[in-house]
Amino acid sequence: MKKLADIKGIKKWVALLLTYAVVQLLVSLNIINDYIMATLTTICINIILAVSLNLITGFTGQFSLGHAGFMSIGAYTCAIIIMRYPSPVSFITGLFLGAIFAALLGFIVGLPTLRLRGDYLAIATLGMAEIIRIVFLNLDITNGAAGLFIEVQYTNWLWLFIFTTGTVILITNFINSSHGRACISIREDEIAAEAMGINTTKYKVIAFIIGAFCAGIAGALYASYFYFIKPDLFGFLKSIDILVIVVLGGLGSISGSILAAFLLALISSLLQSFPEIRMVIYAVLLIVIMLFRPQGIMGSKELSLSAFKSLGGIFERRNGGER
Amino acid sequence: MLEISNLNVHFGVIHALKGVSLKVEEGEIVTLIGANGAGKTTTLRTISGLKKPTSGTILFNGNDITSTLPQDRVRMGISLAPEGRRIFSSLTVLENLELGAYLRRDKAEIKKDIDMVYERFPILKARRKQAAGTLSGGEQQMLAIGRALMSRPKLLCLDEPSMGLAPLLVQEIFDIIQDINQKGTTILLVEQNANMALQIANRAYVMETGTITLSGPGAELMRSEEIKKAYLGG
Ligand SMILES: Nc1ncnc2c1ncn2[C@@H]1O[C@H](COP(=O)(O)OP(=O)(O)OP(=O)(O)O)[C@@H](O)[C@H]1O
Ligand SMILES: [Mg+2]
Repeated sequence: MKKLADIKGIKKWVALLLTYAVVQLLVSLNIINDYIMATLTTICINIILAVSLNLITGFTGQFSLGHAGFMSIGAYTCAIIIMRYPSPVSFITGLFLGAIFAALLGFIVGLPTLRLRGDYLAIATLGMAEIIRIVFLNLDITNGAAGLFIEVQYTNWLWLFIFTTGTVILITNFINSSHGRACISIREDEIAAEAMGINTTKYKVIAFIIGAFCAGIAGALYASYFYFIKPDLFGFLKSIDILVIVVLGGLGSISGSILAAFLLALISSLLQSFPEIRMVIYAVLLIVIMLFRPQGIMGSKELSLSAFKSLGGIFERRNGGER
Repeated sequence: MLEISNLNVHFGVIHALKGVSLKVEEGEIVTLIGANGAGKTTTLRTISGLKKPTSGTILFNGNDITSTLPQDRVRMGISLAPEGRRIFSSLTVLENLELGAYLRRDKAEIKKDIDMVYERFPILKARRKQAAGTLSGGEQQMLAIGRALMSRPKLLCLDEPSMGLAPLLVQEIFDIIQDINQKGTTILLVEQNANMALQIANRAYVMETGTITLSGPGAELMRSEEIKKAYLGG
């Protein structure tokens, strides 16, 4: 068994490296042009955002509408640092500092607001993100509403790849650990979780800290790719965008979030040619998808090769179960 | 084993428990009966640490646990199968049982205890890979009890285990409770089904709007006119 798992692990790493190498090759051959690269960057950043929000909302069951707020902390921290000291080292420093600040905020906001449930928590997190936005609007160092122009670009395919796979691996491992199980039990039934001896406050705060940390990374990658950030980019609508990806992919499915990030990017680039009605079609598509699959593309299942193999088995069991 | 004295619990302005005192001795089955809203669930939640009392003390094996965290109470041997089962619906039966042993680190012993639960509830073994939410009401109740046993409790608190079950199943659940007790676990049983509860209980407490109004050996309370009128339908 152990050996088999090792082989599977090696296969996974090989597949990952191949993905990296192939894309890198296409980039250097200029088959992936600037436009495609920008889309790819958006997809990677959205994957980080969605997977990390999924930890908070999908797995731990804490309805958060403030993810863009955490993202903005990472974006501004990294931007300010690389504008002063433009170098790859300060980019990585800024990225991690931003992530740490975001995580810290996740902790500070987390503690008092986590006594709230459901809608109340959603409103509190929304308020938190609005406060951050207003602070950035009024600070000198962030240049207020005009925003910051970042003349250097450090985010490239290498860093995107590292941080996207890093986030996915980190959160997948967390979910599959006993800590992850504890988070899921909170989503399922908080009182029962507490009765089992699970420290529910601790796990809710941990989910917020990890989620905010990753959102901070996403923000930093954003700031150092798209040259320009302003507070309004990280408002309520951005948080909703992230939530849409999570819900569309399936609350509690990491592969669902990844799929949905790709799908939405695909849909919006296909719709580029109809600028007037783009948002309408986008919204209608979302409604249609949710009508036909209210649990999201993946539900709370994960995509894997063995899932395809056992698909037949599931059908058999379903039929058996209905009798 | 468990001694509660003069416990007062408030929900905002609602005074849910008004100076409740009760005792559970090692090896007993003690039942707590009373009408809807009397405060039975609140009593169990306060014992498990899910609800903080405004005043009063809770002693467990001689230790004051009034302000001990829920997880520490589970470690000390207090376990609760909460009202309404509250199983983790989208997790499998096996995962539910594993979560019952969440605080334990002795993997091999946990495995043994899972087998012990399967032996007691064979249907759970057959359904072990199934999402717990797809179980029938009775099966879910068995899972809730099994899950509560997974922490190896010294005191098992059961909140209305017979709720919503068919008479035959109620009988089965009560047999199981007696059996668990005979194997050495002390039981504090909250029930609406006073008749059945009094039959298996060593001692019983009757609760009305936040206070204990009567107490005594189960068999004795069964003969009491007051109880007959109020809870046994005649
Ligand atoms: N979370 C809460 N918030 C406010 N009031 C509560 C809360 N929980 C219980 N109460 C109140 O406390 C009192 C006791 O409730 P409790 O649930 O303990 O009754 P019970 O004896 O278990 O009733 P039942 O047999 O219906 O389960 C009730 O008046 C109830 O309305
Ligand atoms: Mg109750």
